[in-house]
Parts: sequence; C-alpha cells; structure tokens
Amino acid sequence: MTEANDARPQLPLGLAKRGYSGVIHRIAAADSGSALSDIELESRLIELGFVEGARVEVLHEGIVGGDPIAVRVENVTIAVRRREAMAIIVA
Amino acid sequence: MEAPLMHLALVGTPNSGKTALFNALTGSRQKVANYPGVTVERKQGSFVTPLGRQVSLVDLPGTYSLRGRSPDEEITRDMVLGRTPGETVPDLVLCVADSTNLRLTIRLVLELKRTGRPLALVLNMFDIATRRGVTVDVAQLSQALGVPVVTSIAVRKGGTADLLRLTDDISAQGQLPASQNLWEPLTVAQLRATQREADRIIAATVSLPTRPDTWTSRIDAVVLHPVAGLAILALILFVMFQAVFAWAQPLMEALSSAFAALGQLVHDTLPAGLLQSFLQNGVISGVGSVIVFLPQIIIIFLFILLLEDFGYMARAAFLMDRIMGGAGLHGRAFIPLLSSFACAIPGIMATRVIDNRRDRLTTILIAPLMTCSARIPVYTLIISAFIPDAQVWGWLNLRGLVMFGLYAVGIASALGVSFLIKFFMLRDYAPAPFMLELPDYKLPRLKSIAIGIYTRAKMFLQRAGTTIFSMMVLIWFLASFPPPPAGAQDPAINYSFAAMIGKALAPLLAPLGFNWQIAVALIPGMAAREVAVAALGTVYAIEGGKEAAEQIGQVLATKWSLATALSLLAWYIFAPQCASTLAVIRRETGSSKWMVITFGYMLALAYAASLVTYQIAVALGAG
Repeated sequence: MTEANDARPQLPLGLAKRGYSGVIHRIAAADSGSALSDIELESRLIELGFVEGARVEVLHEGIVGGDPIAVRVENVTIAVRRREAMAIIVA
Repeated sequence: MEAPLMHLALVGTPNSGKTALFNALTGSRQKVANYPGVTVERKQGSFVTPLGRQVSLVDLPGTYSLRGRSPDEEITRDMVLGRTPGETVPDLVLCVADSTNLRLTIRLVLELKRTGRPLALVLNMFDIATRRGVTVDVAQLSQALGVPVVTSIAVRKGGTADLLRLTDDISAQGQLPASQNLWEPLTVAQLRATQREADRIIAATVSLPTRPDTWTSRIDAVVLHPVAGLAILALILFVMFQAVFAWAQPLMEALSSAFAALGQLVHDTLPAGLLQSFLQNGVISGVGSVIVFLPQIIIIFLFILLLEDFGYMARAAFLMDRIMGGAGLHGRAFIPLLSSFACAIPGIMATRVIDNRRDRLTTILIAPLMTCSARIPVYTLIISAFIPDAQVWGWLNLRGLVMFGLYAVGIASALGVSFLIKFFMLRDYAPAPFMLELPDYKLPRLKSIAIGIYTRAKMFLQRAGTTIFSMMVLIWFLASFPPPPAGAQDPAINYSFAAMIGKALAPLLAPLGFNWQIAVALIPGMAAREVAVAALGTVYAIEGGKEAAEQIGQVLATKWSLATALSLLAWYIFAPQCASTLAVIRRETGSSKWMVITFGYMLALAYAASLVTYQIAVALGAG
C-alpha cells in the first residue's frame, strides 16, 4: 500500500476509463447518486476493500454505456456500477 | 460415556470455498432445508473426527460482515451470536478464507473475535495460493490474530487433515470457554479501522505476488469483452437450451411413457372401479408428473453448478446487469429466467443463485410468465386449428408469427410486472446495488458438482414432490367424483365436481368467450398445461387421447369462434395453470403468501387479457 499521491488530479472512480489505475484518496458517499443511504454505501464499499490507500485499476467496462465496471482492488476484482463508484475518490 | 455431539459452524465471505470445504468434510451426509419463516437455505451435515468425535456442521450463508443487511446475513449473525431460536450455539466457529485473497476475510475474523465465540481461521485453497507465490507465516498470523489458524485444500483427498486434527485438539480440551460478547454493529469508522488493522496484519505475515492470476486475466480479456463476451454468453446459453430440450426431452418422454405403461398395466390388472382409477390417474400419473421434471432439473443444475464453480456466473451477471437492470432485475436473474422457457420449476429453483431476497422474490414471481414448454402443445393445437397457414409480406409464416407473438407478450409482461413490483410491492427492502466480487477462475470439481446435483434432486423429490403429489390427487378427486349415474351417455368427467365447478364458473368466463366445456377442461389442466388438450378431448367425447390432437383441433374449429380461440391463447400466456409451479413457489419462498400472490396476479392478468382479446375480436367481427 502507498499513501495517496496528492500531485495527481483527483476524480471519482465512476468517471475513470478502462485501464485507469490509481490509489483511493477518500470515500465520499454523500456525493454519489446511489439509492443506498450514505452510511450503507460507505459500509459496503469498505467491506469490499475500498479503503483509503488501496490501489485500484479499472480492468473491464460493461456493454451498455461502459457500465458496470470491474475494478481490481489490491488483489480482488470487484464489479460495481459507476453510480456507486462515484463515491470512491481516486488520485 | 460418549462425548456429546460437537457443533461447528462455517462462516466466510462469498467465494471463500466454504461450500467446497463443507462438501469435503461431510460428503453426502447433508441435509438442506430452510430456516423457519425465511427463504434462507439451512445446510447441515455431519462427520466423525479421526479420534471418533461426532461433529455436526452448519454451512452459514456467505457474508462480508456481521451487519446483517439481508435475511441471509442476519441468519449468519444470529447463529454466531446464538440468537436463533431452536438452534444450538456453535461450540466452535470456523472462519473460512480463500488463501489467495485474505484481505476481506481477516477483517471478518477481527469482527468475529468480538463476539467472544471460540474461533479458528481456515486458510482454504492453500495449494492455489502456494502456486501463485503467496506465502503465509501461519504461526505468526495465528499469534497476530489470537486464534488458531490451519491450512486446508478442500478439493484434495486428505486436504482437511489439519482441520480435523485441530477439531480433535479442541474437542480434547473439553468445552471451550466463550468469552463475553462485545460485538455490536460496527460504525463506518470502526469498519475502516478494522480493515486498516487487517491490512497491517497481512503486511506483517503474508507476502503477496505483485501480479494477479494470469489465467483469470487472460480468460476475462475475452469473456468480459463487450463483443466477444456477449457472443460467448449467447453460445453458452444456446448450448444450455439445446441440452435442456434435446437431451432432457427423450428422457422425459421415456419417463412419461414408462408411467403411462405402468398406469395401463394397473388398468389392465385391476377391475374397473375406484381403486383402478385412483391408482392409475391419481397415484401413478401424480408421481409421474413429479418425476418427469427430474431430467430438466438435473441438466439445468449441472450447467448452473459448473458455471458457478468455474466462476463464470458472476461474469454473466456483470455482462447482463445493465440490460436486466432497466426492468428492476438483478444480473443474476438472467439464467433462472432463461431456464423458465423450458420449465418454470427448475427456473424457480435456480433463483437460489440470487443472494438478495427482494431480487430473488421478483424473479420467482415473474418466472412463470416465461413461455414454458408445456404451453407449446396448447398453443400448437389452437394455432393450427384457427390460424390460416398463410404468408405475411411474402416470407413470414402467419402461424409462426402468432407463436412468436405469444412468446414476446410473455417476456414483455414479465418485464412489466418486475417493473411494477420494484415500484409498488417490495419498496421496503433496500435495493441491492450491483456490487459483486469476480472470483478467480477455478476448475470445477466433479465431486462437488455431483453432491450439488444430488442434494437439489433429493430436495425437489422430497419437498416439492409431496406438495405436487397431493395437488394431483386433489385434481383427480375433482375430476372423478361423484361417479356418473348408471346409464350415463356423456363422458364421466361431465358429472364430476370438476364439471360442477366448470359450469358454475361458466357465467364468469362467458365475457371471455369461454363455454362451459372450456371451463371444465381448465380444471384438470391445472395439473399441467398440456393436460388441458387431452381434457378438451375428453369433454368433447373424442376418443384416442393425446394422439388425437389433430382431430381435437378439427372439432374445435367447428365449435369455437375465432374470438374464443384467440381469447384462450391470451389466457394461456398468463393463467397460473400449473399446480407444480405453485407448489414450488410455496416451497422456495417458505410461505403460502407468495404462492397466493402469484396465483392471484396471474389470474387477474389472464382474465384481463382474455377479456380484452375476446371483446376486441368480437367487435372486429371474429365472434
């Protein structure tokens, strides 16, 4: 694990393209358009390993609108919709 | 004195190989049932340790935490905490981890520790981890976590030896002291802190290779490719569909004729009368109607278990998520719904791959709207009798077009109903966003698949079988009692309760264009949709049973108007004309409530569709 690199521009993982790789900077559940409550969304993301400092890479995109995305989080691959991935701020 | 039965519980994240370990330990000594009042599968098995201690093992639903955000996860939490009424508190909780992927499980172990239950960590799939270059300092990990840690290779013979030894060691120490339960639902901050702590422990005790599994990356590059991925999914589905129709059909026909022959044997051996009719038409055809589904169930589950064990199921859900999501369905609903085109019964049973209760219920409720193969004989009969064999626009066959239309209306209404359920009926459930681990691919193990198919088949025969059978006997009773008076001219069924019910219903069905003969035929047709064809033959006193389908068609063409025929087609798209499906819905949802809801909404749709069809057809001059 590496500390978040402040030099790189921050963006929500929900906007990242296939091939993007970066480090999770923070979880901002309130800013996403998810149907889940902020606490529920944040809890679920942490349970799947999306915590600050974890390395992520967008491996695959879905067929319609590039949604959902398959994200490598450290050594696990997680499929998540872009809407929920908006809560994951990466840099 | 013999030591008392020791109770073990398996806990782990989804894809941890928990079920493989459960199968390796218990073999075929398994019982699958539901926890009382919920749709959660209770898997229990037993084994004997090398030192002879009898152990009862439960496989708890997979979870990432003890928060209990779904009924499945609540069961896991309550079982671990000893809060489930009527269940023994486990003497030892075994937390199962995929050794190639420890991050999420170590956090779960830290959370489990707070419950105070005696706990051990099982590093499963240790062989795969070793091959990939993952090295774990087991002793140091055990020390850091403060719980015993053993490695295991569930799929290899002798791969659970360490775990069995540990069980014996713990058993020898007598009752393990459970410490105080300090667990309470973790706040977001605690959850985050726990994951940090887990990551710190892993950094100190596990060395990971830098590159991911190359096979998984290579396969995913093709399988998740937007174009190639869909083509592969379509190919898999095509093969599966072919298998269900082409492989299961001869077996089903063989079973069906074997039961018919057995019935005939009884018919010929016994004197005509009540006992003969009960054995032939009640018992033998009742049992036969249950067993005949077995080939389809086995083949569909063979495919589903293979794809699930290989790791493809999560990928199929990934590919289909957006396409299904528009109608409020989960990506995983795809395979169960597709299976329902063969028969809703294996389709509904296959919804067990959907973890979320709300998504699973929605899928169960709409599965019977998929045009199953039992509707085909009814459709074919009516279409060939009433729809001219004409060409449309020079190249489309009108009959084929009508058939396609019936399928399309079924699919469209299923999507519509799902959409309505999402908005009106199951609003109180938090919607499950699509968040799913895509596990590394693994070669499926034949033993595991065989055990899986065996338990499904056994469960179907035992549980659905009893309900289906009793419904068959009821339908036989309605169609046979009271017996016709001496010297009766009409077919016997015309004097039965079925006829009385049919005639009583006739005024209700008149606006749909159904005469009392149709109403009567619909009652034995509850046994299975295709039985209605033979029943129509019986009611119209046509000799020759099923083989006479063409003749029945000719008679019907003279007795019904086109409007009536179209109305009956519309009826069959929606009507809950299948006692077996209703029985399976009751069994799978664990309550009669959803069976009644399914019956009610399908009946309402059928009535409305037939009414509209008939009235429009009459208005257009087809009456």
